[in-house]
Amino acid sequence: MNKSIVVIGAGVAGIEVASILADMGYNVFIIEKNKNIGGNVAFWHHLFPNNRSAAEVREYMNQKIKVPNITLFPNTEVTDISQKKNVYVVRTNKDATFEVGAVLIATGFTPFDARRKEEYGYGIYDNVITSVDLEKKLERGENITTTQGMAPKRIAFVHCVGSRDAKVGHTYCSKVCCITGVKQAIEMSKMFPDAEMYCFYMDLRMHGLEYERFYKDAQENYNTQFIRGRVSEVSENKDKSIQLKAEDTLSGLPLKMKVDLLVLLVGMEQGKDSDKLCDILHLHKTPENFIQPQDPHLQGNVSSRQGVFIAGTCIQPMTINETMQNARSAALEINHYLLHL
Amino acid sequence: MAPSFTYPFTIGVIILFGVLIYKAVKWYAGFTKYDKIRIRKGFFTRKTLKSIKESFNDGLLHVSIFRRNPMLGYMHMSLAFGWFLLIIVGHLESVITMGTFRFPFYYAVFLRYFNPLSVHPFSSEIFKHVMDFLLLFVLSGVSLAYFKRINKRLFGMKRTTKLKVPDKMALTSLWFIFPLRLFAESISAGIKHNGGFLTQPLGDFLVSILNVYTWEYPVWFAYSLSLGVFFVFLTSSRYAHIPTEILYIFLRNYGIKLKKKYNTYTNVQVYSCSRCGMCLDICQLNDANIHTQSVYLIKRIRNHNLTDDVLFNCLLCGKCQQACPVHIDINDLRITQRIESTRQYNSSYDYLEEMEAISSKVVYFAGCMSHLTPGIVQAMKKIFAHSGTSYWFMDEDKAPCCGRPLMQAGQYDAAMKLIETNRKAIYDSGATQLITSCPICYKVFKEDYHLKNIQVLHHTQFILKLIEKGKIPAMPTGNSFVYHDPCDLGRGSNIYEQPREILRKYGTLIPIRKEKENALCCGGSLANIKIDMTERDAIKKHALDMYFGYKPDMLVTACPLCKKTFTRNNIYPIFDIAEIVAATITQSACRKVCEVAEVENML
Repeated sequence: MNKSIVVIGAGVAGIEVASILADMGYNVFIIEKNKNIGGNVAFWHHLFPNNRSAAEVREYMNQKIKVPNITLFPNTEVTDISQKKNVYVVRTNKDATFEVGAVLIATGFTPFDARRKEEYGYGIYDNVITSVDLEKKLERGENITTTQGMAPKRIAFVHCVGSRDAKVGHTYCSKVCCITGVKQAIEMSKMFPDAEMYCFYMDLRMHGLEYERFYKDAQENYNTQFIRGRVSEVSENKDKSIQLKAEDTLSGLPLKMKVDLLVLLVGMEQGKDSDKLCDILHLHKTPENFIQPQDPHLQGNVSSRQGVFIAGTCIQPMTINETMQNARSAALEINHYLLHL
Repeated sequence: MAPSFTYPFTIGVIILFGVLIYKAVKWYAGFTKYDKIRIRKGFFTRKTLKSIKESFNDGLLHVSIFRRNPMLGYMHMSLAFGWFLLIIVGHLESVITMGTFRFPFYYAVFLRYFNPLSVHPFSSEIFKHVMDFLLLFVLSGVSLAYFKRINKRLFGMKRTTKLKVPDKMALTSLWFIFPLRLFAESISAGIKHNGGFLTQPLGDFLVSILNVYTWEYPVWFAYSLSLGVFFVFLTSSRYAHIPTEILYIFLRNYGIKLKKKYNTYTNVQVYSCSRCGMCLDICQLNDANIHTQSVYLIKRIRNHNLTDDVLFNCLLCGKCQQACPVHIDINDLRITQRIESTRQYNSSYDYLEEMEAISSKVVYFAGCMSHLTPGIVQAMKKIFAHSGTSYWFMDEDKAPCCGRPLMQAGQYDAAMKLIETNRKAIYDSGATQLITSCPICYKVFKEDYHLKNIQVLHHTQFILKLIEKGKIPAMPTGNSFVYHDPCDLGRGSNIYEQPREILRKYGTLIPIRKEKENALCCGGSLANIKIDMTERDAIKKHALDMYFGYKPDMLVTACPLCKKTFTRNNIYPIFDIAEIVAATITQSACRKVCEVAEVENML
């Protein structure tokens, strides 16, 4: 039996799978295209629902891979995968070749490129940023100011940017943005206690146990108002503040609002990494362009190809804790497969 | 007393002309007073000569079809022009043979049967060969038509239309007419030795295998019957286009236009459709597997079984109008029909506030779509500032829509309300120029606003003028462009050259196969209210694949909606022409700033 496994992607899912399989005695090769591990968590500041520092999660991941039978290959990309009976031959752009018993895809997600929703003015107006930009700024310890260097007095958050929007080809919910919006509104309110926060939403999907409490907290204690209605148009005033038009669909009235900062809560989508692997391995995809599991209930980590497994947000949008659990189940699935080969 | 075999033909001709006269009178009565004046005044002008020429080119020679597909063009030409010549030359032959004009009108059709003694034997000798040649010419078209039914792809067509009972009757009889004529004339030639190079040898052969004396009468009867049946069904089949198309050409040249209501002229256009199917394969809705093309629309209007699904599932891109050999105003026809089929809501329009106009020579109307692509508005502001143009940004904060989307959706009354509100504000500003960034707005400003003494410009026209006056710098960027013609700007408003001229100043413009009149639609059209997002995506993808097959550095368009549609996937770099121009302004402005900084450093 070939006791080696290639894990593609050193994010939350990839690392968790690798560490569990390593514990079981397998040799794991992690291939990561970036210099650092952590995937999308690498630049995140605080995590919902308890505002813990993302650095703690990164530290956990760093500890997990410090075992002899895990080898990390940073700055490396998979170029080809071929199969000889039950052995997969994985080649990389660094001319390394791995002969392994199983392949795990944990390529994660790519944040939605907000320039595709040009009406929100991202990349055009200086004071329009994304939720990802905000986390990065906070993580780098930058002051949150408008481009004129002023403390924002009014901040608006737009929910569902690139999610549940057939016009950009994404009909699905990205699951994490609603609560991220609530979290960031609270953070901003803590930073600027006099400022007003407005969240423009279609539906608020507070699916986690604590989320609803968080949402209530934001309204009661953190100056945050939730307005049901999508923002239709965004323009820039002479003083670089942002003028937005929306409809309050609960009162049935159109509204106009001037804000100092506009934060777009971008969703998740599949990037070219998972597209490329799907092409190489001829994997089935869902209509939403995620990798399709063999069976949504019983084989959630098995791809349409034997010996190729999937974990984390390359399957569907997930929170970090869901990704962890998903990764553990993937590890068990791989172990089961290799034992019964 | 005429032989009884001529009866079917005679009856057919009488019925045909009866119906035609009835329709002509009815249609003429249906015209408005002004249209009647247009017809009467136009009659003794050059327009009539032009119409005759067009009738000849399009009704007989089928030049337009020839250009698109020579094989199909030949088929139509040999049938129409060949038959026309058979009738004309046939009558001429009868006149010369008989030496008189006084013979029954059916005589020429059955001349070989009657076989009169010729007063000009030499001319008759030539005529019979000429007539044989013409018959052969028509027969070649008929055999192509048979063949087309079997293999339409040979004629460059993937789809043709389905036939109804009168169509089948007319088509079948039409198919029989000329082979029967050949058969009948050959039999008579076998008996009377009056055939030409085709019918005589065939007649001699038939004599050797048939009892031609018993066959002669029935075959001539069958020929007469096929003609009669064709004439009877002509007006109720698609062949009604033969007389109507000619009428349409004259009316069009007299300056009659489609109104926003269904009227006689709409009828004339509907009946002019020959259902040739030119609009089928060219339609981009095929990419999304939608089959609501114009020929089906027109057929359903004629048969009174139009559904909203057919009527409203159209991008109004105008490609079919471009391809139509009869030049039917398909887009306007569809809009008229939409207005007819739509309930006009009796809204109070309270929400339309009177706008306070700011006095300015130049009014800029960005359009709703430009507000959804703020990059374009930003670029225009930069262009205005740099060129020193002072302007009133009419819809910066709030303004009603231009009205065209409502018009396209058939909401005529509502559209007119918006138009009136906007028109008042435009006049109040005292403007002499109205500039818009949106071809959709541009078209409605041009066609439905009737703005007197105000020049309406699309921003491509405006920018080109600025460049020519040296008010903004035209700097080569080293980029290569593919230009996407927006439907309403190109086919809709005939603006093809200005954007291209601008782009040539900024880089290399790559010529592509489907451009200008044949340009593709982006798939985002507001005119289609039945199509879904996936179907739009299919159309867009086909277009993008085509454009980026030419490997340009960027795709450039001049319409916010096209830009918005194309950028949804964000795989490719796509810009509006104003953004290309504005980007170089920033660079040049930056260069000035940098130079100043350098000078300051030196000091």
